[in-house]
Amino acid sequence: MHALQQVLHAFFNPHSLTLAMPDVWAGFQINLKMMVIAESLVLVLALGLALVRGLPGPGAKPLRILAIAYTDFFRGTPIIIVAFFVGFGIPGLEIGYISQLSFVTYGVITLTLVYTAYVTEVYRAGIESVHPSQRAAARSLGLSYGQAMRYVVVPQAVRRVIPPLLNDFIGLQKDTAIVSVIGVAEAASLSQQFSTQNGDFASFIIAAMFFILITIPLARFTDHLVAERERRERAAAF
Amino acid sequence: MNADRNGSPFVEVRQVSKWFGDLQVLNQIDLEVGEHQVVCLIGASGSGKSTLLRCLNLLEHVQEGEIVVDGQPLTNGKVDVNALRRKIGIVFQAYNLFPHMTVLQNVTLAPRKARNVPRDEAEWAARALLTRIGLEAKADEYPDRLSGGQQQRVAIVRALAMDPKLMLLDEITSALDPQLVADVLSLVRELAESGMTMILATHEMGFAREVADKVCFLDGGTIREEGPPDQIFTQPQEPRTREFLARVLEAEKLA
Repeated sequence: MHALQQVLHAFFNPHSLTLAMPDVWAGFQINLKMMVIAESLVLVLALGLALVRGLPGPGAKPLRILAIAYTDFFRGTPIIIVAFFVGFGIPGLEIGYISQLSFVTYGVITLTLVYTAYVTEVYRAGIESVHPSQRAAARSLGLSYGQAMRYVVVPQAVRRVIPPLLNDFIGLQKDTAIVSVIGVAEAASLSQQFSTQNGDFASFIIAAMFFILITIPLARFTDHLVAERERRERAAAF
Repeated sequence: MNADRNGSPFVEVRQVSKWFGDLQVLNQIDLEVGEHQVVCLIGASGSGKSTLLRCLNLLEHVQEGEIVVDGQPLTNGKVDVNALRRKIGIVFQAYNLFPHMTVLQNVTLAPRKARNVPRDEAEWAARALLTRIGLEAKADEYPDRLSGGQQQRVAIVRALAMDPKLMLLDEITSALDPQLVADVLSLVRELAESGMTMILATHEMGFAREVADKVCFLDGGTIREEGPPDQIFTQPQEPRTREFLARVLEAEKLA
């Protein structure tokens, strides 16, 4: 029992928990900032990449290949390695402005690069799930390829992929902790510091709590959307 | 009816052949459709009716032969596909309404985006069309709230909203419950009477006989026989036509 008590004390000492709160909260605000910016960028860039990947015709082949290479590369590379490349590689290149950005910015770039690759695949699955007859109907009304995508295919695709997309965003939110390796003073790294100074692990519990608190609403919202869609589809079946 | 409707050919199909891979689906098709003419394509499933229609608005491309619509050759690669499609309406067996848009949005999308009609004007015109088919009350509903027959009539109206000079109807009643077919057919009849040039692929022989100026029997990708409906339905010349019609009549008796 003594060992258990020690462990519990190391993680849940109420005094340490209270003490760690302000530091970790300060760090978590950085996580929040990175989440929001990276998610917004990913939403837009991934849709663009998915559309490029779906472009028809032999003329678009080089673009399609580039898009495929991008997703293959960034889906296959561990995010921690991408973070090192971006966070230490870009400053080392000494190419003016983009080599002098803040660590937070390099963190956002890392998250955006990696999650754009994931979300591109999500969008692509959604676009392909829209029946070809929808595109045929739009095109035969005289709409251009772009108009058919914009008004008919993409809106239906996006609706269908919202749940898996939010799922990827939950992953992104947690991975904001990984970019601490390049020196971003976010919740996980401040927890680490606090832990070293204070000699226990209470700060990690606080950090975990913040991450869970931000994830739960998103998870419930995803569930709600899935249930909503099932309800609607069942209604439509009658 | 209306043999006097025959004008200059609006659609000319000459020696058109098409393959899907190794499978030849159209074999040296020749077809002329005059302005204000109604042509019905009949034949078994897989005889090439739908493919022929889809070639006429370039949803499919032909490998051999020539198609001219409204004086414009489609087969020389220089045609403005979008401009061509704006004057050809097509209605599909499965309606293909846009499920994420209301009925009104379905009908106004193409006029607004492909022809830059201002929103008010497009909606006014769409409501007038919906009133004509008795569905003005459904303007703000989503398609899945409508019956199959209502959806198909909305699909027809969606095509009509572009003011097409030619309508292609691809087995538009095949997916409908029998009791819903009549409303759709009466709308098509109305169109025929208003002088719309139409090509229909259909399994409704009674209807084909009533509205068509010309009936073409397709068999294995060729037009085996064509002529005025009375001749095709009462004195078919080709044994294949007789066989097909006999089988259809048999099926109708059973149904």
